[in-house]
Amino acid sequence: MVKGEVEPASTPPNSSSVLLRAERLGRTVHDKILIQDATFELQKGEVLAITGPSGSGKTSLLRLLNRLDEPTSGTLFVEGTDYRNIEPRELRRKLGLVTQRPYLFPGTVAENLRFGPAQRGETLQPEAIEELLAQVGLKDYAGRDVANLSGGEAQRVSVARTLANSPLVLLLDEPTSALDEVAKLEVESAIHKVVRDQGLTCVMVTHDVAQALRFAGRALVLERGRVVRAGPVGEALRA
Amino acid sequence: MLRLFLHSQLQLGFAQALVAALAALAVVVLARRRGIHLEGETLVAMVRGLVQIIAVGSILVILLRAPRWTSGILLVGMIAAAGATSARRAKGMPDAFRVSALAIAAGAGSIIALMTLLGVIDTAITSLVPVGSMLIANAMNTNGLALNRFRSDVLAHVGEIETALALGAEARESVSPYVQASFEASLIPAIDSLRSLGIVWIPGLMAGMLLSGARPVYAAIYQFVVLAMIFAASGLTSLISTMLIRARVFSPAEQLLLQPGI
Repeated sequence: MVKGEVEPASTPPNSSSVLLRAERLGRTVHDKILIQDATFELQKGEVLAITGPSGSGKTSLLRLLNRLDEPTSGTLFVEGTDYRNIEPRELRRKLGLVTQRPYLFPGTVAENLRFGPAQRGETLQPEAIEELLAQVGLKDYAGRDVANLSGGEAQRVSVARTLANSPLVLLLDEPTSALDEVAKLEVESAIHKVVRDQGLTCVMVTHDVAQALRFAGRALVLERGRVVRAGPVGEALRA
Repeated sequence: MLRLFLHSQLQLGFAQALVAALAALAVVVLARRRGIHLEGETLVAMVRGLVQIIAVGSILVILLRAPRWTSGILLVGMIAAAGATSARRAKGMPDAFRVSALAIAAGAGSIIALMTLLGVIDTAITSLVPVGSMLIANAMNTNGLALNRFRSDVLAHVGEIETALALGAEARESVSPYVQASFEASLIPAIDSLRSLGIVWIPGLMAGMLLSGARPVYAAIYQFVVLAMIFAASGLTSLISTMLIRARVFSPAEQLLLQPGI
């Protein structure tokens, strides 16, 4: 599909289907404000882009959502439950994070996909592995050693590995920023297909405005840790 | 050569210390030329070491006449000092002193106690303090190596660790490869000492025993005994310290606290 023709994978907001609600979420470290008073909602099936210049706090906000960092103010509600009351491992499984660099574990692609389910004592069957890999365009890659993958392939394995945990929300931290132009398009297309086909709820951090416009239904624009604009992606980013 | 010019033992000792210190300083100068700055740390360590050993040497006569129970106090003091010294190798690690002191106390302390109880170490202060101090000093080095390696490995693999956490791994599982690597690396000197005993080096303790009239075979066997005890004390210390520090680099919400720049 031509990039410009991609339709945003979001659904219209519905008050009964709020998955995430951030309330004045903030983090300050050594008197430095990383995130301040971030308040927003994420509906089921919606794709939200978080954009802003370098150092504006995009990744910091995503890390707060996954609770890799602790908020110093406010909180996040996941399906109505304060996320501080959810066991961290369960929370991180529900809010699956794909990092900027893939960080695959040594071994095969299949071993990487089995990692998440194995943490809760489940074994991912070979058919499920093949299905996940097919979703990201890597059919028949299960037995390959991750050391032999290209950057784009590694990032797609990373996406499939996160999806193996069946997350409620997919958190993407600039998943294409470390890739060359060809790999970037491959990965973006694979992620877009998965999000659209499965109706996944997704938060994507990107500094690329065009990517946000292609991908998201709504956007938050951050500057110096504060949300300065929020709304439908076209309005928020073209303002 | 020094003996030709210096006839007093004290003067000779200071001259020998000066020459040895100059050799050490020459290495520091060479390192400096390659951009490695060890000047301050080495100088302080050498001056401290000299002052401390002279102080202990001066009161040794008094110590040797002290009642047996004083060796316990001395060994506890040594453990505290060892904890503080090796904690410095774990800069930025939460609770490094407590972890080090606890690990050395449990690792070296338990081996000293057990071996004394079983009669492997004599209860005389002249035996318990020197042998105990050897175990504590080696446990201190091993602990410092383990914590230092663990810190470097964690800082070099923050991405991998946080990826594992993000996929739902337990905090302790996410750092287990680095715990294992630190433990193994910290024991390399102790293993090499055992392996090269009698071939690469003949330790001072054995020479001392021979000079004081012990049978050579017994002196040799006892040297092995000491090294095996050092290995046990060091290994146990490293096991305990890596286990304790592993829990402390995470917050209660399983967030990695040890981060570059913090």
